[in-house]
Amino acid sequence: MKRAHVLGAAAIVLSAASIPAYALSGKLTIVTSYPTDTTATFEKAFEKKYPGVDVEMLKKKTTAGIKYLQETSDNNQADMFWASAPDAFEVLKGDDLLAKYDVKVGGIPEKVGSFPINDPEGYYKGFAASGYGIMWNERYLKAKKLPPPMEWADLKKPIYHGHSGMSAPSRSGTTHLTVETVLQGMGWKDGWAEWKEIAGNFKTVTERSFGVPDGVNSGSFGAGIVIDFFGLSSQASGFPVGFNYPKVTTLVPANIAIVKNAPNAEAAAAFIEFILSTEGQELLLDPKIRRLPVNPATYAKAPKDFPNPFKDKTIGAAVKFDLALSKGRYNVINSLFDVMITYRLDELRGAVKAIQDAEAKLAGNNNADAAKLIAEARALVNEVPVTEAQASESDFNNIFKKKRKKATTKVTGRQAEIESEWDSMVVANYAKAKELADKAASML
Amino acid sequence: MKTSTLTAFSSVERGPAIAGLMIAVFLLLFLIVPVGQVIFVAFQDPNTGAFTLINFADFFGNSLFVESFFNSFYVASMSVIVASIIAMPLAYFTTRFNFSGALLIQTLGIIPLIMPPFVGAVAMQLLFGSNGSINLLLEEHLGFTIPFMEGLNGVILVESVHYFPFILINLSAALNNIDRAMEESAQNLGAHGTRLFRRIVFPLAMPGYVAGAALVFIKVFDDLGTPLLLNINNMLAPQAYLRISSIGIADPMGYVISVILVGFSLLSLWISLLALKDKDYATVQKGGGGLMRRDLRTWEKVGCYGVVILILLLVLSPHIGLTLLSFGTVWSFAVIPDGFTFDHYTTVFDTASQYITNTLLYAGIAALLDVVLATSIAYIVWRTKLVGRKWLDYGATAALAVPGVVLGIGYLRTYHSFDVPIINEPLASWWVIIVIAMTIRRLPYALRACVAAIQQVSVMLEEAAENLGATKGRTVWRIVVPLMSGGILAGFVTSFATASVELSATIMLVAKDSDAPLAFGIYEFMQSTSGRGPGAALGIIAVLFVGIGTYFSHVIIERSKKLRESNSIVAEGGTT
Repeated sequence: MKRAHVLGAAAIVLSAASIPAYALSGKLTIVTSYPTDTTATFEKAFEKKYPGVDVEMLKKKTTAGIKYLQETSDNNQADMFWASAPDAFEVLKGDDLLAKYDVKVGGIPEKVGSFPINDPEGYYKGFAASGYGIMWNERYLKAKKLPPPMEWADLKKPIYHGHSGMSAPSRSGTTHLTVETVLQGMGWKDGWAEWKEIAGNFKTVTERSFGVPDGVNSGSFGAGIVIDFFGLSSQASGFPVGFNYPKVTTLVPANIAIVKNAPNAEAAAAFIEFILSTEGQELLLDPKIRRLPVNPATYAKAPKDFPNPFKDKTIGAAVKFDLALSKGRYNVINSLFDVMITYRLDELRGAVKAIQDAEAKLAGNNNADAAKLIAEARALVNEVPVTEAQASESDFNNIFKKKRKKATTKVTGRQAEIESEWDSMVVANYAKAKELADKAASML
Repeated sequence: MKTSTLTAFSSVERGPAIAGLMIAVFLLLFLIVPVGQVIFVAFQDPNTGAFTLINFADFFGNSLFVESFFNSFYVASMSVIVASIIAMPLAYFTTRFNFSGALLIQTLGIIPLIMPPFVGAVAMQLLFGSNGSINLLLEEHLGFTIPFMEGLNGVILVESVHYFPFILINLSAALNNIDRAMEESAQNLGAHGTRLFRRIVFPLAMPGYVAGAALVFIKVFDDLGTPLLLNINNMLAPQAYLRISSIGIADPMGYVISVILVGFSLLSLWISLLALKDKDYATVQKGGGGLMRRDLRTWEKVGCYGVVILILLLVLSPHIGLTLLSFGTVWSFAVIPDGFTFDHYTTVFDTASQYITNTLLYAGIAALLDVVLATSIAYIVWRTKLVGRKWLDYGATAALAVPGVVLGIGYLRTYHSFDVPIINEPLASWWVIIVIAMTIRRLPYALRACVAAIQQVSVMLEEAAENLGATKGRTVWRIVVPLMSGGILAGFVTSFATASVELSATIMLVAKDSDAPLAFGIYEFMQSTSGRGPGAALGIIAVLFVGIGTYFSHVIIERSKKLRESNSIVAEGGTT
């Protein structure tokens, strides 16, 4: 009943708000992290509606897109920023690089899951919802006789050693969000411990977020941590893959915003209105795109089994994502993950494997000494070089920010220097942990 | 363009001087200054801007960077070894025996070069990856797998397969240039078999081998796309790229890595030049005869064909994999795709034709500029007495030692805030900068071809023309350039073919999708589930385009060579 009401209301608002295709013209430059499938579909539809506008897509990874807008801000050529991760938009907003905009089109609710769809301050707008989850290759798992992993904790199990993969938060905005979600959902210490134990099973850390669905699709590895539309669109393309949302996930809006001092702000506004219109929202259901629309009415046109967060309240309700917290330690998280996991994957894997082997031997045995050694080893692996409080300190964060707003902003220490210190500690810890675990195993 | 300015001058040295000056300015603006910028930042304190060595201390104090350095070194050295193992039998069989497979080897052996190595990486992952076709078959039938593509192995395999033609070409040329008299004397003195090979043939072929091997080493050391696509981060070029793209253009580490890349490439280039210095073997020995060829016995023939087919299967495996991918529907954890379709090609022609036209335009302009520059430089160096003329040659050749990433970073840094008049866009994001990057990167190839060509033209012909009253400019235009045409064309083809698969520099410089060339387009396509098929189709189209282009120019070169042999050389100079 409620649904029908929403539908009806949406229909009325939409028909009232449909904008006349008045003569817009010029070039519309959009900095985006989206693949060609998504951008080309929207570009085509938009240009058809506004024949005078020439849409130009500037493809950058989210993190590179942020850098690009920061570097070029004194001579800005871009009209819009279009990417998934809301924390990326927060970073841009914080640097005063976005322009405010009031959406005219209606039918979009306040929240998806526990997350507000639009920026409360009006700088960026959610156009689709995204959740993070696990995708797997059915054929691969069948051949290796493995069950599909449903929760993050499943990926820690020894049976998945060498069978999973993920991207790094410094390369992919969506992965950054996944890492941050788990850290917020489980706490700083437990969250990092969770990541290290999961990562200890990784076959690879991919250079770009798409590397994960690509690896799962082709069967290079069996399971991967991905944003939902990668899993859903792979399924729609016919690959033998599955996808599931774990409990600790957050459903967040994928966003679009107008860049400050945009050369063609008028066309940019029209693009936002277009993407939120009935027509634009339905484009999200395209098998090559497969994102969750933010207009609940659009789900009526979705295929069977398509997840609907406005109906299924279990998706993404467990964690309330704190954007300010995420923004305050954005670069530190990237750097920590790279130093502890991406660049030291071999060492981490070796230590985690040794612990897993020792634990397997311990099972059924009652050896307190060995158990103690294993616990020590685990603690060494899970140790994080900075505390939660330090990670959020603004002075500390400034070391990781290359572009300072004022020349007087004081910075002590260099990023390379600090990373090098972390690296030495991490490498020593992993080696020691492996040694302890091997010792424990030899006692059993 | 520059050649026409040459023709306009009557005074003997003024024309070349102006052309030389223009070239020097071009090299200064687009090679020396950007690379200098990069080097400068590496020695700058990130906070105060003062001169410092602290960034280098950070580099060598960081075990990750040191490890990356050794990994890059290891991969480059191993790739040279593996590439040699691939190239040596092919070069030897074709030059030593009357072997009907020679033409096949010479044609197919060059094809790997005209595919971007990262595209090969995708295809080889599907065939040789831990769950690729080969390992799935092995696992099913024999119960074990081989880690062809694990970690650095994958990079080595992909790079060797891609770059071995450099060794093949140079080694074959060297073997063909060995004076038969040498071999005969050795035989008269009693040397046979392996001793003959070890003591006579191999040392004489050494310079060619070293030239090829050095090129392979530099190329692999600098390559960015392949490690990136195989998710190998612990190497220098990817580290530089990742630092710049995820930490920002102001991070000093990217620049330090760049300096080390350049330094190392210069070093290997210098070593290879040293090795070549005393042995003037290349063009002077024309008609030296090459090795004695002999016929093979039947069982030898079978053995040779066996080895050749095996090697060709390996080096063409990226193309085989890519072809399967471009026609395949779903290819997932299986030996071959589930089904086959033409859809991907339709998609490419519908949506991606601008990549092809862009590439033809960019690589075409770049190759044209290259041969104009290279011909001018060759003429200035070998036919004039201008002060500092050798430095033009050194400057242009030094581009070989500048990795694409470094050039890309340098352009971004130097031309980012420089707006081009009229179009009002920063030069660093204008498509012309991509053409310039290609021109600079491929100039050394064109230059070597043109230098070789001008060395074969006798000065007497020019003197004769001038005695008959031709001006200097007219002599250049009507005598020198036509006589060099074979070399110029060869330079054009090499520059064009390699420029059209360029990614290292363009990945940093492409600012808009509509400006992107083919290699970048393929890279973009390969980033989405439904894009892998079309990406592969685009790759196949690229190979066909460049392959056909290369073949036709090869035919033209051969024809003009024959023409020259049949006519007397002077007569030809007069009629063209």
